[in-house]
Amino acid sequence: MIKLRAILTMTIYAILVTFASIWMAKQSYSWFPPEASAESKLLDDLFSLFTGLGTFIYLGVIGPFLYSLIFHRAAKYDRSDAPPIEGNTWLEVTWTAVPLVLVLTLSFVSYRTYEKMSIRGPMELVHLHTPQMMESAYAEPFDSTPQREIQNAVETAPVEQIDVIARQWAWVFHYPEQDVTSTELHLPVDRRIRFTLRSQDVLHGFYIPAFRLSQYVVPHKDINIEMTPIKTGTFRLRDSMYSGTYFAANQTDVVVQSPGDYQQWLASAAAQTPSPAFNQAIYEYNQSSEPGAGSTKDKVAVRGWATIPPAAPPVVNYAPKHEPKSPPV
Amino acid sequence: MANISIEAPEVVRGQPYPGAPDNWKRFFTFSTDHKVIGIQYIVTSFFFFLIGGLFAMIMRGELITPEADLVDRTVYNALFTMHGSVMLFFWTFPVLVGLGNYLVPLMIGARDMAFPRLNAVSFWMIPVAGILMMSSFLVPGGPSQSGWWAYPPVSLQNPTGNLINGQVLWILSVAISGVSSIMGAVNFVTTIFRMRAPGMTWFRTPAFVWAVLGAQLIQLYGLPALTGGAIMLLLDLTIGTSFFAPERGGNPVLYQHFFWFYSHPAVYVMVLPVFGIFSEVLPVHARKPLFGYRVIAASSLVITVISSAVWVHHMFASATPGWMRMFFMVTTMLVAIPSGIKVFGWVATVWGGKIRFTTPMLFALGGISNWLFAGITGIFLGSVPIDLHVHNTYFVVGHFHYVLYGAIVMGIYAGIYHWFPKMTGRMYYEGLGKLHFALTYIGTALIFLPMHPLGLMGMPRRVASYDPEFAYWNVVASIGGFLLGLSTLPFILNMVSAWIRGEKAGNNPWRAYGLEWLTSSPPSVENYEATPVVVSGPYGYGKNEPLVANTPNPGLTEFPESFTQKPTS
Repeated sequence: MIKLRAILTMTIYAILVTFASIWMAKQSYSWFPPEASAESKLLDDLFSLFTGLGTFIYLGVIGPFLYSLIFHRAAKYDRSDAPPIEGNTWLEVTWTAVPLVLVLTLSFVSYRTYEKMSIRGPMELVHLHTPQMMESAYAEPFDSTPQREIQNAVETAPVEQIDVIARQWAWVFHYPEQDVTSTELHLPVDRRIRFTLRSQDVLHGFYIPAFRLSQYVVPHKDINIEMTPIKTGTFRLRDSMYSGTYFAANQTDVVVQSPGDYQQWLASAAAQTPSPAFNQAIYEYNQSSEPGAGSTKDKVAVRGWATIPPAAPPVVNYAPKHEPKSPPV
Repeated sequence: MANISIEAPEVVRGQPYPGAPDNWKRFFTFSTDHKVIGIQYIVTSFFFFLIGGLFAMIMRGELITPEADLVDRTVYNALFTMHGSVMLFFWTFPVLVGLGNYLVPLMIGARDMAFPRLNAVSFWMIPVAGILMMSSFLVPGGPSQSGWWAYPPVSLQNPTGNLINGQVLWILSVAISGVSSIMGAVNFVTTIFRMRAPGMTWFRTPAFVWAVLGAQLIQLYGLPALTGGAIMLLLDLTIGTSFFAPERGGNPVLYQHFFWFYSHPAVYVMVLPVFGIFSEVLPVHARKPLFGYRVIAASSLVITVISSAVWVHHMFASATPGWMRMFFMVTTMLVAIPSGIKVFGWVATVWGGKIRFTTPMLFALGGISNWLFAGITGIFLGSVPIDLHVHNTYFVVGHFHYVLYGAIVMGIYAGIYHWFPKMTGRMYYEGLGKLHFALTYIGTALIFLPMHPLGLMGMPRRVASYDPEFAYWNVVASIGGFLLGLSTLPFILNMVSAWIRGEKAGNNPWRAYGLEWLTSSPPSVENYEATPVVVSGPYGYGKNEPLVANTPNPGLTEFPESFTQKPTS
């Protein structure tokens, strides 16, 4: 009778936990910025799976834990010991084997997502459009061909090459075909983009949260990564690797446009003569009360220490307009 | 009866030098007594904990608004560098070495550590290194601003051009603290291997001792890599060698390997002793043997081994080739297995027990629940595609603070409260302890939970200013941060007042099973009247069997006065 009740309680709890996990897995999509790249969909699905399983494990462990904390308390004057249960081989084997299977599965699923994103490590070339004979031999769950949107983008047009130059503390984007430079990143939608990342001084991190990918920019080393924007709009590019004093201000906008708008923007930018762009780091540095001191005297309460001076403002064809008096945050 | 027979010879021996357990001056001497050194470690590191906490609260003050408007950016950057460095090198490492120093010889029935003088030298290097690091606030150009990782090339940029600058002092300080830790590790490993009491076989050794062994073995294999990397960085910075400087042909990513080869396992150096504390505290306050003791003990060493091959998961975004990303993803996920075994074992230990919510028990239970959460987000971070999105965002900051504050600091508090009556002979105040727990637990959730959504939204770590979309969660986190600052006040009040005039605790107020509870509180200089001979395994709750052959176990045969007079509910 007691055993039956225990089994019933556990079953009901397991069902509740399952529903809660599914709910959390669905909720997890709302925790992210908009899905602006094909890769971001893959990542959000993977994250949702992790969230569901993670919630299941968390509630599965914390439930019995809290239950015993509430119901297995010692009575006020009870000084006796509890029954000396020292272990249970079956239980211990189970809770070693189940997590082992679980993490190996999660590793495998992560690997598959990684393959579908077709991120290649630096120096590795991408040959997406060459059909690979091996792949047809695998069944669906072992499918690691690139995601269809990525494949389509590659097949409809050649990969768009953009050079990214990072420095203390500015981003410069160079479009080699038109020889256009900009401090704002403009991208055509539904096209595969190859970024070649270069740093002129220290490590930086190339990170567009809406695209779900970050990659360090290493000095004296060209690093290629590829992405496929699928949503027009304005997103944020942030430096994700601490790069010194004005690191937090080393951000810019990413504008994803329709191919027509993009070509128009490139043409109009090419027509402009290069000029120095506004730079937040230089703006703040020049507020210093004396050379070499980093304090922005009009806003900051505590004076700062010496800093490396920012690099000269980038000279570019296109820069977004900013009022020098009220710089962007 | 038993009390009298233990305390009678105390009067006869009466030690006239500052080493006697009732002489407070011994804490300010070059004492070789492991108990004195243990408390010296704990008190010194707690002082640095308060300093590191102050830095954190200034940072939370800055982050309460999106603009960089409280302190200058250089000051903010120096603060997060010093916060991380102080909290790791001068709080978490030394406080756990202190607890280990105090407890390991007592738990294994030894009279002291294997090398008492080396032990004292290791301790006294900590204040030296700490003062050196603090002194960097006074040199021109201020302290290091390159983060606690000190990644080149940023750490090699020297804005003042001086030879003595914050970064040089930082490296020297870290190197000294590293040497101190290596000496401590030699001492611990030797002590645990060679000095266990007769009859204390490996599977009669408490889980805490196993955990300390696992942690100190990591120090032995890992720390030389970090110390070597730090010295190469120092040479690059001072005499212009080219190990890591890219403009001179060096490789900055190489430094990251040196750094993380030690600094990821270092997480286990800190968390393993805390696992040990959980394993000691739960059986006492649930009156049940540790469930799956042998597996929990051995899993500490499994963690030691696996953690040696996971370090590249910190570098998934730093130009690592695809095969490396995949290999280290799998090894990282495997750490979940031994960690999971421990968590399941603890849950099964409290299941069906006779639980009392004493302060150490509350901290241990709270720490375990936070560890469970941190372990799950850790698996998220091990997955390469997820890591590539949240790398260097607040998701990571939230995750590792759940490990370091949620689990480790809570575990340290559990340990301090649990063994406070042993260390001082007096009982802490239960009410203040519970207040401390409530503030700590709520504060931890308020400050570190919001960091996870912030990271998923794409807020990078180490920023002094941020986009206004992140403001809401940052305000919540800042409130939690100030609450955590506040939470240390009842703790300090409790510890100081209880040590001075707390109720006498007796030798074994918890009626706990374990060699350290067989001796007097505080223990005499040589710990035991006679070397105990161990005849059974640890955690014999409910089994009614003796732990040692030659002395009765006073705590288990009769209740000390303090316990019968004032039952803890």
